[in-house]
Amino acid sequence: MKKKERPGGLAGLAILNLFRKPATQTAQFGLGGIQKGYRGRLLYDPATCINCVMCMRDCPTGAITIENRGTKEQKDMHAYLDVGRCVFCCQCVDTCPKKCLSCSSDVLLAAFSQDDLKIEL
Amino acid sequence: MSERNDHKVVLPIGPQHPSLKEPGSFKITLDGEKVERAVVEIGYNHRGIEKACESRNYTQDLYIIERVCGICSHAHTSCFCQAFEDMAGLEVPRRAYYIRGIVGELERLHSHLLWLGVASHEIGFDTLFMYTWRDRELVLDLLAQIGGNRVNYGVNTFGGVRRDLEADLMQDILHVCDQLEEKIKYYADLATTETTLIARLKGIGVLTPEDVRHFSAVGPVARAAGILDDIRVVEPYGVYKEIPVNAVTDDHCDVYGRTLVRVKEMLESIRLIRVMIREIPEGPISVRAPRKLPAGETLRRVEAPRGENIHYIRSNGSDMPDRVRVRAPSEANWHGMSYMLEGFQLADVPIIIAAIDPCYSCTDRAVSLSSGRDEQIASWDQLRLFGIEQYKKNGIDPGSIAIRPF
Amino acid sequence: MIASILKVLLFPGLLFLGVYSFVLEFVDRKVYARMQNRKGPPWYQPLADMLKLVGKKVILPNNAQKFVFAALPTVSLTAVVTAFLCAPVWGMQAVTAYEGDLVAVLYLLSIPTLCHFLAGYNSHEVYSTIGAFRTLTQMFAYEVPLFMAFLSPAILAGSWSITGIAAFYAARPLYVLINLPAFLIALLTSQSKLERAPFDAPEAETEIVGGALVEYSGRYLAYFRATAVSELTVMASVIAGVFLPFFTGNGAVDFALYLVKTFAVVLVMVLLRATMARIRIDQTLKFFWSVLTPVAIAQMILNLLLRGGLGL
Repeated sequence: MKKKERPGGLAGLAILNLFRKPATQTAQFGLGGIQKGYRGRLLYDPATCINCVMCMRDCPTGAITIENRGTKEQKDMHAYLDVGRCVFCCQCVDTCPKKCLSCSSDVLLAAFSQDDLKIEL
Repeated sequence: MSERNDHKVVLPIGPQHPSLKEPGSFKITLDGEKVERAVVEIGYNHRGIEKACESRNYTQDLYIIERVCGICSHAHTSCFCQAFEDMAGLEVPRRAYYIRGIVGELERLHSHLLWLGVASHEIGFDTLFMYTWRDRELVLDLLAQIGGNRVNYGVNTFGGVRRDLEADLMQDILHVCDQLEEKIKYYADLATTETTLIARLKGIGVLTPEDVRHFSAVGPVARAAGILDDIRVVEPYGVYKEIPVNAVTDDHCDVYGRTLVRVKEMLESIRLIRVMIREIPEGPISVRAPRKLPAGETLRRVEAPRGENIHYIRSNGSDMPDRVRVRAPSEANWHGMSYMLEGFQLADVPIIIAAIDPCYSCTDRAVSLSSGRDEQIASWDQLRLFGIEQYKKNGIDPGSIAIRPF
Repeated sequence: MIASILKVLLFPGLLFLGVYSFVLEFVDRKVYARMQNRKGPPWYQPLADMLKLVGKKVILPNNAQKFVFAALPTVSLTAVVTAFLCAPVWGMQAVTAYEGDLVAVLYLLSIPTLCHFLAGYNSHEVYSTIGAFRTLTQMFAYEVPLFMAFLSPAILAGSWSITGIAAFYAARPLYVLINLPAFLIALLTSQSKLERAPFDAPEAETEIVGGALVEYSGRYLAYFRATAVSELTVMASVIAGVFLPFFTGNGAVDFALYLVKTFAVVLVMVLLRATMARIRIDQTLKFFWSVLTPVAIAQMILNLLLRGGLGL
C-alpha cells in the first residue's frame, strides 16, 4: 500500500481555512476558555473551621495559613492565601475534614506588588 | 562565540536558542554543513525535585512529582501513586483505574499532538504546527474539565482519583475523540505523502536496534527501531491488565519512523479511550490512604507519552520518604544524542533533538562523583538475573514477552 | 520634466512602492495566518512594525566594519527601488523603459542578495556567517533558472525591455501559454530569491536564528526588512508584466488589472509558503539544478525554435 508522494498536500485544507472562522480566541472581552470545574481562588467558611491545620500540613508550597485570632472558646478564624505560592492543586480542599474550604473558578488574581498577592479568604 | 581550527566552526546551539524550548547546550563542530562532533551539555534546569520530596510528606510530594514534567504530569503521578499503593498495600477501586487510564490516554494524545507541532516547527512547516496545536486545545479543554487545570490536572491521589467522570463529560470525551480521529488520520496521511516532510524526516537521526540496546533508549525512539518496550504491553499495570494495548512499532529507525509511531499511537489512544469509556464500571473512586508508609522500598514503571517512567521510593516508616528517585524517559534518551547527531547536516540538528521529545527539566539531576571505594558494582548479567527473579515473584514471566529479534 | 520627477517620486514611483509594499506585506501575513486558521495581524501591523524598528537602538558589532555594516541596508534598498521603475504599473508603459531593462532589473534584484551575504560575512558571527554562505549557495542555485525563465519570453518577443515584452504579448495573448513552464519556474525561483519557505534555509530560524541578519538591529534592520518587502512587490510586478501581459489600453483599468495580477502572484507565493516544509540547502541545490534548470533550458530552446518557426 505505497501511496504516491506529492508536495503541497496541505494546500486544499489551507485554502478551505481561508473561508472558515479563525480558531483564535480573543481574551480581550472576557475569558472564554475557563471550564466549570476549573481550580481557582479558594473559598473559606470560618464558621465550620475547627482549626485542625491539616490543610497547612498538606499544602505542598505552604501557601495557606489558618489563624485563630480569638480564644479557644470564642473562635475568630481567618485564612490567608499567598497567591504567589499557591499552585492551585486544591489538596487543602480534599484534606479538610469539615469541608470548610472549597475552590472557585476565579482565576483573575494578578496583583501589582508581592504584598497584594497575600489575600485573606 | 566561535572557535576556529582547521576551517571548522563550533556552533553553539543553546542554552538559549529558538529551536530549544528549554535550556540545554549543544556544541556542534561543523565541517561545512556537516556535523562532525556534537557535545551535549545539560544541567541548566536542575530544580532539586528529588531532594525536595525527601523533606515533605507524601501528600505534598504528589504535587511536586506532578510538576516534574509539564507534559506528562499524569504519568509521573500515576507512577508515584502506584509505588505508594504498592507499599501501603492499598486496593484501588476499578473505576479509579479506568479514570486514570482515560486521563493517561488523553495526556498521550495531547503530548503527541504537541510533539508533532514542535517537530513541524523545527523543519519550518508552521502551518502543520498551527493545526496540531489548535487540535491540542480540544484535549486540553477536556483535561481542564476533568481535573480542573490544563496541564497539572491533579487527578491522581493515593488510593484512587480525586474527581469522578460524569456521564455527560464522557459524552464530551467521545465527541472530541471523533473530531480528533478524523484530523489525526489526515495528519497520518500527510506524513506519508507530503514530499518535503518526507525529504526532511527520512534517514535522519538513525538509531538501529543495536544502537537502541547500546544507549538504552526508550519510548518511541526504541519503538521506531522495532523494539517493543511499551510498558503497557510488556508489564501491564492498572487498567491495561483488563484492556490490552495494540503495540505500535516501526522499522524505519529514523525520525520518520518516530513520527509514524507517534501518529499511530494517537489513533491507538483514541481506540483505548473509547473502549475504556464503554467498559467503565460503577463504584467508588478512591479508598482512604494512610499518611505513613511501612519501612521498605519499591520501584514502579509506567509508560509515559515519551517512554518509560521509573519511580523509586524508599521509606523509613515515617510520613516522609527517605529517598525518591525519578527517572524520566528523556534521561534515558539523552545518551544516544551525540551519536544520532554526528554525520548529519546542521539543518537536521533541531529535528533530531526534537525527535526524542526532550524534556530538559525532567532530566536534570545532581551528579555525585564518588571516589570508587566502598562501592558494590553489579554486572549487567547479575542485574538481569535479579530482574527476572523479581518479575517471577510478581507473577510475570519475562520469557513470554515478545521481543522482536534483530 | 516636473511630471517625470513626480512620476519617479510619487506615482507610480517611490511613494506608491512604499504604500503598496505595506499592502502586499499585510496580504502576505494575513492570508498566511488565515490559511493556518489564525486571525492574523490588523491592517496597520506592517507599518507599526517598521516604525517600531526605526525607533529602536542600533547596536554595531565590535569587529564589523562600521561603514560597510551601515551602508549595506541602504544600498540594497536603493537597488530594489530602482528596479521598480522599470515595471509597468499605470498602463503598459513603465516610468523608465529602455532596451535591456529586463536584464538590468534582474541584476539590480541580485544586489540585495549580495548585500545579505556581505552583511552576514561582515558581522563576524558564527550564525550570520553560516547564513551568509547559505545565502550565496542558494543564489548559485536559483540564479540560472531565474534568468532563463525571464529571458525565454524575451527571446520569443524579440525585445529586452519589460515594456516591449508586455506590448508584444498584449498583441498576441495566446503566446503567453507557451511560457507557462517558465512562469512556474519564475514563481519558484522568486520564492527562493525572497528566501521564503520552502526555500528559507538561509534564514532558518530554528537552525541559525535568522541567518545573515542576526547582528542587525534598529533602523538598519528596518531597511533590510523594507528591502525584502519591496523585493516581493517588485518581483510580483515584473512577473505580472512579463508573464501576465493583459492590457486594455486604458491607464486606470490597466492599473486595476496590475493590482489583480500582483495580488494573484502574491497569493500563489503565500500558498507555496504555507504548504511546505523548509527543505535543506543541499536539497534546494539538487532541486534547482536537476529539475528546474533542465526545464528552463528546454523552454529556452523551444522559444528560440518558435521564434524562427513562426517567422516573427
